[in-house]
Amino acid sequence: MRIMLIDDSKTMRNIQKSVLKQLGYTELEEACDGQDALSKVSAFKPDLCLVDWNMPNMDGLTFVKKFRETDKTTPLIMVTTEAEKSRVIEAIKAGVNNYVVKPFTPDLLSERITETLSKCGAA
Amino acid sequence: MDQSFITPFIHSIQNVFTTMLQLPVEIGEPSLKRERKATHDVSGIIGVSGGMQGTIVLSMPEEAASRIVTLFTGMEIDSDSPDFADAVGELVNMISGNAKAEYQRKDVSISCPSVVLGAEHIIATPSGTPCVKIPCNTDCGEVVMEVALREVPAESENPSTAAA
Repeated sequence: MRIMLIDDSKTMRNIQKSVLKQLGYTELEEACDGQDALSKVSAFKPDLCLVDWNMPNMDGLTFVKKFRETDKTTPLIMVTTEAEKSRVIEAIKAGVNNYVVKPFTPDLLSERITETLSKCGAA
Repeated sequence: MDQSFITPFIHSIQNVFTTMLQLPVEIGEPSLKRERKATHDVSGIIGVSGGMQGTIVLSMPEEAASRIVTLFTGMEIDSDSPDFADAVGELVNMISGNAKAEYQRKDVSISCPSVVLGAEHIIATPSGTPCVKIPCNTDCGEVVMEVALREVPAESENPSTAAA
């Protein structure tokens, strides 16, 4: 299982990495914004991406829209401080499969990852 | 400033510090900030634009910031390291994002965070916008939220304005 972590905060990527390693996922790739992620997806071929929303250069929503132009199936989880219902709807319309609002507990993130992979048949 | 602008930040800092740091926060009495210089040596800054405009600052003494960053990242990080600023920035980002969700207006955007370190630095806030200091006591030391926000009438909104 290859998982890409897309967040401009290294601290947040490290927190996510630690949760994923506890879940047994070790094939991880990091990207610091949407543009960086797009440049890495074809080589890394992720089975799951965790995507922040507010990032410099290319935000998470733009990444999701561009990613979905060519890949309709790889599960995407938005992990963001954007907590308004309207934002969640916008992200789901763009193609995310699940949504985690920061701050989160490790248990909540684990739960959402497991739930998403299971729903998308990628577990 | 309207009390309803302040309450979301009180809820938000308590939520973020409790969830991410397991650090309870005791809120003190908010007051108007009159001096231009930053309250403490470390400032995490977020600009707000759209239906509300202004700045949100998480201000901490360096010693408190170091303890908080250690709790957040699980390791001791020197304040000169970019990772230190990254951690402070992510905290103010989460606090601001969560507070924003409590506002009734849907057209408010926040910038990516900036972090400034150094004694007596000055953070410019939009002129005519009052800044409210919210003192927060924690076991790591005092942190202060500084909220300088004003509501923008719909016809004069400029979504491209970001203050940080």
